Amino acid sequence: MSETALHQSPPAPRFGSWRRTYAMLVKEFIQLRRDRVSFAMIVMLPVMQLMLFGYAINTTPHHLPAAVLLQEDSDLGRSILKAMENTAYFRFTREVSSVAEFDDLLLSGKVLFGVEIPRGFERAVRRGDRPALLVAADATDPVAASSALSSLGMIVQTALAHDLYTGDPGSPPFEIRAHARYNPAASSRLNIVPGLVGTILTMTMLIFTALSVTREIERGTMESLLSMPIKPVEVMLGKIIPYVLVGFLQATIIIGIGVLLFGVPIIGSLLLLALLSTLFIATNLSIGYTFSTLAQNQLQAMQLSMMFFLPSILLSGFMFPFLGMPQWAQVVGECLPLTHYLRIVRAIMLKGSTLPNLQHDTVALFGLMLFAMTVAVFRFRRTLD
Amino acid sequence: MTAAAPAEIAIDVKGLSKSFDGREVVHDLSMQVRRGSIYGFLGPNGSGKTTTIRMLCGLLTPDSGEGTCLGFDIRRDADKIKRRVGYMTQRFSLYQDLSVRENLEFVARLYGMPNPQAAARDMVQRLGLSGRERQLAGELSGGWKQRLALGACTLPNPQLLLLDEPTAGVDPKARRDFWNEIHALAGEGLTVLVSTHYMDEAERCHEIAYIAYGHLLAHGTVSEVIAQSALTTYTVSGDDLRALSTDLSGKPGVDMVAPFGTSLHVSGRDAKALDETIAPWRDKAGLQWQHAAPSLEDVFIDLMNRSRDNFQ
Repeated sequence: MSETALHQSPPAPRFGSWRRTYAMLVKEFIQLRRDRVSFAMIVMLPVMQLMLFGYAINTTPHHLPAAVLLQEDSDLGRSILKAMENTAYFRFTREVSSVAEFDDLLLSGKVLFGVEIPRGFERAVRRGDRPALLVAADATDPVAASSALSSLGMIVQTALAHDLYTGDPGSPPFEIRAHARYNPAASSRLNIVPGLVGTILTMTMLIFTALSVTREIERGTMESLLSMPIKPVEVMLGKIIPYVLVGFLQATIIIGIGVLLFGVPIIGSLLLLALLSTLFIATNLSIGYTFSTLAQNQLQAMQLSMMFFLPSILLSGFMFPFLGMPQWAQVVGECLPLTHYLRIVRAIMLKGSTLPNLQHDTVALFGLMLFAMTVAVFRFRRTLD
Repeated sequence: MTAAAPAEIAIDVKGLSKSFDGREVVHDLSMQVRRGSIYGFLGPNGSGKTTTIRMLCGLLTPDSGEGTCLGFDIRRDADKIKRRVGYMTQRFSLYQDLSVRENLEFVARLYGMPNPQAAARDMVQRLGLSGRERQLAGELSGGWKQRLALGACTLPNPQLLLLDEPTAGVDPKARRDFWNEIHALAGEGLTVLVSTHYMDEAERCHEIAYIAYGHLLAHGTVSEVIAQSALTTYTVSGDDLRALSTDLSGKPGVDMVAPFGTSLHVSGRDAKALDETIAPWRDKAGLQWQHAAPSLEDVFIDLMNRSRDNFQ
């Protein structure tokens, strides 16, 4: 140090603490401005949340898809269906001709309700036999089913008003037999626990791999790694595979607790559940890894994960009935692995569905995984350029 | 492409340039390194040494220029080069949360060595790390970390070692051991390119190159580089050297005045002008003047000062 520098020690400034704080504040703002992704996130997160909560979520969902098994073509039958549609809860999307088809639609989750108008229904009504009209509901998600089912009471009156039926007003001329399938007690727990398997796996799997590449870069180990003869695909698989085992263990614990403590049944095949859960775990790990190759530091990787996690919770059908969401939200939901896994896990555990019932969701999970892996391999930079 | 480089040349590059965000870090750099030699790469901080080394092992793509490393094209055959080159990064880049042995086994596996455990065990012994193999790499002292890093990059039996400031911040004893190891490796036929700041290390190299502001300014053996400099240096000892230093600085013919312990080095490129300038002090009582060969440091400081004028 030269002599001049020694003599130049300035007088102690007033408000030193404030100045240092201000310097710090300016520095932080500059850094924040440089970190575009974090900055975008500050804006995007509240906007996204508001949009999602404001528009997408509907706890009394309307226009839920329903199938009708019409075994008789009668005025009364059509009046009843019309009355059901008028409640705005039901939307008849399929007309089937056999019980097997009817059951299959419910089992695969393509419709949430099925209405069966039995043969000889109108005649039985006119005779005063008080026949039963079956309304079967997929009650794995009780929220989706319950408000629609509770509207059924009014339907009798509406339908009769149309048909000018005259009879004993004290006793209704037919009976609507609502049948809450798969979850007769309408227990939310049966719906929530399988859902939680998917949600927890999404969260943990994403974070595991989302930090993997950025951590290497931040710790400086990436330079060594890149100077060694290893290919991007190898790096990726080497980072994903260990966590598949971790995820499998985690899934076992959650499902085990679900069965032992919450009494959730596993009606379908345990092997199928294990296989498809592994696929789901691998899909999430691939997506997390992709985030890791997109982000420049660990903070960005975390934020990308959160940005993915939030819609996963809100738009997958975990919190709110999927089919009750507006069309655009359903489109977004179809792109999320959790959506497909929720259908799979609920269907296997509660409905006993088999692979043919779930092929659409299985293929979707595979597709999402391959897409994420492809992006990751192309995004992985092999040099430090 | 293989034919271009004779078998005895390990590194042969021409006209390498590299810019980051419009700032040229390496400019038109050409160099040749003989097989089995220790090639010292010298230059101030930020002069482009690390960037050059990274281009040689395929970690960076040169903007222009071409060349071969071990006979393989540095642009197209990065994978082949990586398999035959050991690169020791400036910053410790092994896994801090892995033990010594785990790190070595990782490297051995990555290079597909037949028996990674045995290879790691042998290396632990060669490094003198026996008894520490279970210790986490992050907990090792600076000297041991550097030994481990050298061990990791020599483990897969490379033909070329690229060492980026391997001895920065290491004590003299560990530095000497390290250099003995490097000479031993070169004796086994390995080519070593090593970047450093230390002049004493430069003098341990078979050949050196000096790079500043991305330009390769001088290369050859130590004595060649000193001879090329055409620098005339006087060593002055005596009383009140500080006043002399102040008096001489900036005078015509005096390019450099630097204190070395109890003496002063006065150097200039123009011997005649220098002699004229110092004449009044030559016979001054209490000062002993001695005509001396410039030290390597004198040469490098001079090169750096000149290049600053030229390129900044």
